[in-house]
Amino acid sequence: MSAITLVEAVTQALAYELKHDKNVVLMGEDVGVNGGVFRATAGLQEKFGSDRVMDTPLAESMIAGVGIGMATQGMRPVCEIQFMGFIYPCVDQIINHAARLRNRTRGRLTCPMVIRAPFGGGIHAPEHHSESTEAIFAHMPGVRVVIPSSPARAYGLLLAAIRDPDPVIFLEPKRIYRLVKQEVPDDGKALPLDTCFVLREGTDITLITWGAMTHETMQVAEQLAHDGISAEVIDVATIKPLDTDSILQSVAKTGRCVIIHEAARTCGVGAEIAAQISEKALDRLHAPVLRVTGYDTVMPYYKQEDIFMPSVQRIRDSVDVALAY
Amino acid sequence: MNNNKKSVASFEIFYYEYLNEKGELIGELPGALQNNPELWQKFYRYLVLNRIYDETAIKLQRTGQLGTYPPTQGQEAIGVGMGMAMHEDDIFVPYYREPGTHLTRGVKMEELYTFWGGDERGNNFTKGTRDLPDCIPIGTQSLHGAGIAMAMKLRKEKRAVVVSIGDGGTSQGNFYEAINFAGVHQLPLIFVINNNHWAISVPTELQTHAQTFAQKGIAAGVPGEQIDGNDIFAVYHHVRQAIDAAHQGKGPYIIEAITYRMGDHTTADDASRYRPGNELDENKDKDPIKRLRTFMAAQNLWNEAKEKALYAEVKAEVDAAVQKYLSNTAAPATDIFDYMYDTWPESYHEQRDEVIAYHGGEA
Ligand SMILES: Cc1ncc(C[n+]2csc(CCOP(=O)(O)OP(=O)(O)O)c2C)c(N)n1
Ligand SMILES: [Mg+2]
Repeated sequence: MSAITLVEAVTQALAYELKHDKNVVLMGEDVGVNGGVFRATAGLQEKFGSDRVMDTPLAESMIAGVGIGMATQGMRPVCEIQFMGFIYPCVDQIINHAARLRNRTRGRLTCPMVIRAPFGGGIHAPEHHSESTEAIFAHMPGVRVVIPSSPARAYGLLLAAIRDPDPVIFLEPKRIYRLVKQEVPDDGKALPLDTCFVLREGTDITLITWGAMTHETMQVAEQLAHDGISAEVIDVATIKPLDTDSILQSVAKTGRCVIIHEAARTCGVGAEIAAQISEKALDRLHAPVLRVTGYDTVMPYYKQEDIFMPSVQRIRDSVDVALAY
Repeated sequence: MNNNKKSVASFEIFYYEYLNEKGELIGELPGALQNNPELWQKFYRYLVLNRIYDETAIKLQRTGQLGTYPPTQGQEAIGVGMGMAMHEDDIFVPYYREPGTHLTRGVKMEELYTFWGGDERGNNFTKGTRDLPDCIPIGTQSLHGAGIAMAMKLRKEKRAVVVSIGDGGTSQGNFYEAINFAGVHQLPLIFVINNNHWAISVPTELQTHAQTFAQKGIAAGVPGEQIDGNDIFAVYHHVRQAIDAAHQGKGPYIIEAITYRMGDHTTADDASRYRPGNELDENKDKDPIKRLRTFMAAQNLWNEAKEKALYAEVKAEVDAAVQKYLSNTAAPATDIFDYMYDTWPESYHEQRDEVIAYHGGEA
């Protein structure tokens, strides 16, 4: 078995489900012959045919709406939105239909679909190609929001997302699509959709993050270890539903917490996590919960994107503030 | 005879061309184009300028000095022809593959490089200041065009809007909504559909089952036509004609300009993965620049010496723009806040202060 990248793990999971569940179909722009602009569906049309792996006309609300229709009939569409910046026409379909169908038909109709989209900054892309707006979807009752941060988690979580009986927004951190390689057995084993992953155990402070930011956060944890400070790093992975138990356990142990995300600060997912901690573990805290985030600005075009993105330095500085209490 | 049915609507779409691939005139040149060597040479200069700007952009990208860039090679006649057909106070609402229009409307070349170099300051045009910036979310610009045209109508101005969009872009709901609105209100709005046969890797057959993109307007009551988009005479004449009709209150119009994308979709794309083997070669002869040169040479208006002189002059112009672009000073870090609102909210001052602490700048 050879080591694969995060994006190759996505392909591996898609291929596995295409092979084992005849109801699974992939649709999106350029997912066929081209194999997706990031190669996430490379070779799949050739292998499974153009009925299972479909190039669609260029219209995102169409992709989401057609996906919903197919899902009501028990198919399992996996829709690719080429970049998260173009997902917003889907919002109407997701919030008004995908997320509500089960509830408003009292379970008669359901919507087992996945919408995948690469997201996040740091690749010097054109305008609208670098945003992180997971909070918009986390705010929608009725959907799940999942963000993998390693090849193994991409594989296991995507399998789980496709098999889940409800709509899942699956956001792929494209900055780390090819950053690391890992051996990922193609065993069809899904990971749970409501559990955080502890990437590193520690006792002095809890660092909570997801997606590409796990990398900067792990670097900070290593720096800290060097300085004799033991940091616990949590990859939230399933933004919704949020595994608050794991988070609270960790914070109860360390008494200090910094949340790191690339998305803008106001009403970001960090705010929800901080609120949960303040509601349920205030008495265990030695320091206020701090956030290191993008700013409340448009994601800057790439010459200035580094100013926006949380850096190792910014994370470390916040950690030092939390530790000083 | 069947008394149960009668025809209640029918349509026809016409295709127009004036200068063929070999650089020969097909019939007569229309209107202002006739016996107008000055205009022909102006077209030619802008076409060459566009091409060298474009080749230079690709080189800059390959050497790490520009971001992802969408080439225009083979499609220059649409951008240039459309831009030259517009009147100064018409408004251009672009997608992202029409530098020729920007240049003919007076946008500075260094501004275009600055934009594709990842810097919003490139959108701060010093001329053509009411034109919209390039639009990346496909199709969304359609409705802005309709809104601008509505403003013109309400203010009783004799102006028009030109919206450009790709073949793929016409699959978006926004496009249909815009032509519908423009039809209802008979707005001075011209859509130029750049049909380059591809939307990244998706061919037009997978984009629509309609025979033409021009006919997409029919359902909205908006007339349209097809033109040879590699024939700058056709582009110039038909866009100008549609604009002039719009100025006279005759309402919206759709022009489908047929061209071919000679390059990759962008510098991040590799068209060899999906483009059939011989397709590029088959389209090489359709080059819009070559055919105009052949035509002018046949009229004794052009020769090797003039060609050389023009290329030298245009190269110098492009080089100067590149130098200006490359010598841009870094924007202040605080720019990310300072153009968000009229004034950055006091309640968020900590964020701005933090950026100053890390990157410098004025409080
Ligand atoms: C709403 C939206 N979806 C997807 C994309 C990604 N994308 C960029 S260009 C493109 C194809 C556009 O094709 P077409 O409209 O024919 O214009 P062309 O690039 O061929 O000139 C796609 C899918 C985007 N920019 N915006
Ligand atoms: Mg196209």
